[in-house]
Amino acid sequence: MEFKPLTSGDRPKIRFLVVDDSVFARKNICKMVEAFGGEIAGEAGDGIAAIAKYNDTHPDIVLMDITMPKMEGIEAVERIVHDHPEACIVMVSSVGYQDNILSALQKGARHFVQKPVKPEAFYEIIRYVLSENSETTRPAEAEVQP
Amino acid sequence: MNMDLIQPFINSLDAVISETMRCSARIADVTMEEGNYQRTGIAALVLLSGDLEGRIILDMDAAAASQAASELSEITGPPSEETTREIVCELTNMVIGNSVTQLNDRGFKFRVHPPELFLIDVGPWGTLDSETVLLRFELPKGAVYLNIAVHEHMDALVGSPA
Repeated sequence: MEFKPLTSGDRPKIRFLVVDDSVFARKNICKMVEAFGGEIAGEAGDGIAAIAKYNDTHPDIVLMDITMPKMEGIEAVERIVHDHPEACIVMVSSVGYQDNILSALQKGARHFVQKPVKPEAFYEIIRYVLSENSETTRPAEAEVQP
Repeated sequence: MNMDLIQPFINSLDAVISETMRCSARIADVTMEEGNYQRTGIAALVLLSGDLEGRIILDMDAAAASQAASELSEITGPPSEETTREIVCELTNMVIGNSVTQLNDRGFKFRVHPPELFLIDVGPWGTLDSETVLLRFELPKGAVYLNIAVHEHMDALVGSPA
């Protein structure tokens, strides 16, 4: 299936940080991101590495697994959003129960996608999150205009 | 073991195999097991803690693992053993994750630990108070085994969901 390349504002390519402890899952998600016209800014295999990568790369979107060694995804979301309230994080996990979803959203995640990921649904969710993100930043941009 | 706890695993395995490998997984056999588990092919193990405690092993025989690896890796030619192991681990993650989502919706609260490759030939350990259920699923090529040794934590039994 062909996807119209994702865009946001004047950015030519959306930059993604992909966080998952499974090398295969990361490869799979990276393949989808590239099919959506996105660019991989970095990859990480646990929450601690994700925080470091976020600080290094400042991606437009983070795709974050939940169940990971060292530090789980929800704690990593909390820490990233604490330092970078503008961070745009989408949870991607096979464990999709209500408590997990609510907890991730309360910590600052923008959306939740359950594995196995369907590319069409994934694309629409990312598009929605990007559009929400640009709407929330637009008023601030408008204020500085003369 | 409460057999109601088993149904979510059956549903999830069928759904995940169907979605990722584009084939059906037909349940062929259900047996109660005692003693150690002897793996048949490439296997991964997930630990659960909380209202439900124990461990689950997903074990794919050589034919099923090879089919899964070919289908999911989308590479031509035989996938490497490392790729096949990664794929079995990720399938395990998806099957168990989807199962515990269904169980959580029925009121059980627990933590899922990341999947680990189960490399030893014989093991582990149904705990003394865990009975083990072995489910065998047939795929168009090969078989998948789910070895489930979980029990309800005593605290959870007090307010156990219906």
